[in-house]
Amino acid sequence: MVFPGRYESLAEIADFVRAAARETGLDDFSIYAVETAVDEACSNIIEHAYQGEDNGVIECALTIKPDRLTIVLEDQGLPFNPKDIPDPKLSVPLEERDDHGLGLFFIRQMMDEVFFENTGPERGNRVTMIKYKEHLGKKHRHLRGHGNRVTMTKDKEKKVG
Amino acid sequence: MEIKNIEYKHCDLVAVSGRIDSATAPQFSENLNRINEKGRFKIVVDFTDVPFISSAGLRVLVNAQKNCKRFNRGEVVLANVPPNIKSALELAGFTLLFRIFDDTLTAVGNF
Repeated sequence: MVFPGRYESLAEIADFVRAAARETGLDDFSIYAVETAVDEACSNIIEHAYQGEDNGVIECALTIKPDRLTIVLEDQGLPFNPKDIPDPKLSVPLEERDDHGLGLFFIRQMMDEVFFENTGPERGNRVTMIKYKEHLGKKHRHLRGHGNRVTMTKDKEKKVG
Repeated sequence: MEIKNIEYKHCDLVAVSGRIDSATAPQFSENLNRINEKGRFKIVVDFTDVPFISSAGLRVLVNAQKNCKRFNRGEVVLANVPPNIKSALELAGFTLLFRIFDDTLTAVGNF
């Protein structure tokens, strides 16, 4: 699904993602966690990749598997490098708390796996986020395989002569 | 998102309905600022009808708290916070910054 890159879209994206999370069979807090991560990621896309509203769209692809929900968000905005964002300071006194990094922190805390990549030489980002069903959370991930895909092609026979 | 404001003798009750996200956070911020501009710094934010709050909303709360606690003139407290939001607040270390009450009556009564 493609959404306009404006903050107004966040509620609709949330509905879309929440429905998928429910269908995956995630528990209540996991559904909230997924909604949070996606909201934060989309807000970041609008604010940072697109430098404001109405400068591009957000593509959202959801894959529901028996044990997980995979969310992929893509934009055509400025390249984002998560290493540029420092971790927020979470246990400092009120006067020292600043505005930065909480969104990215939530994304990483709320989802089980998060991958960021640039999709173009000058523009474009893709973030892939995975949430596993509760009984197969982070600590059991080593038991899970990543699946297999076999691709077979048959070319049309070349005519000779 | 809608906000209902009730002015009590000793504090202001801010009852929010709806998501607090990047779209609605500015409206939330403006509402709290307006209370401060009246010289009032004791605020109860009622979360009964808030299904979701993002870091944008949390930022508004932190800034409001900084303003209210300055010169010891007041405080922002939270009431009736749903369990999911409470968990998110704990994760972000916000439970260190805000007192949370189970209901608005107790929260208002505390001032």
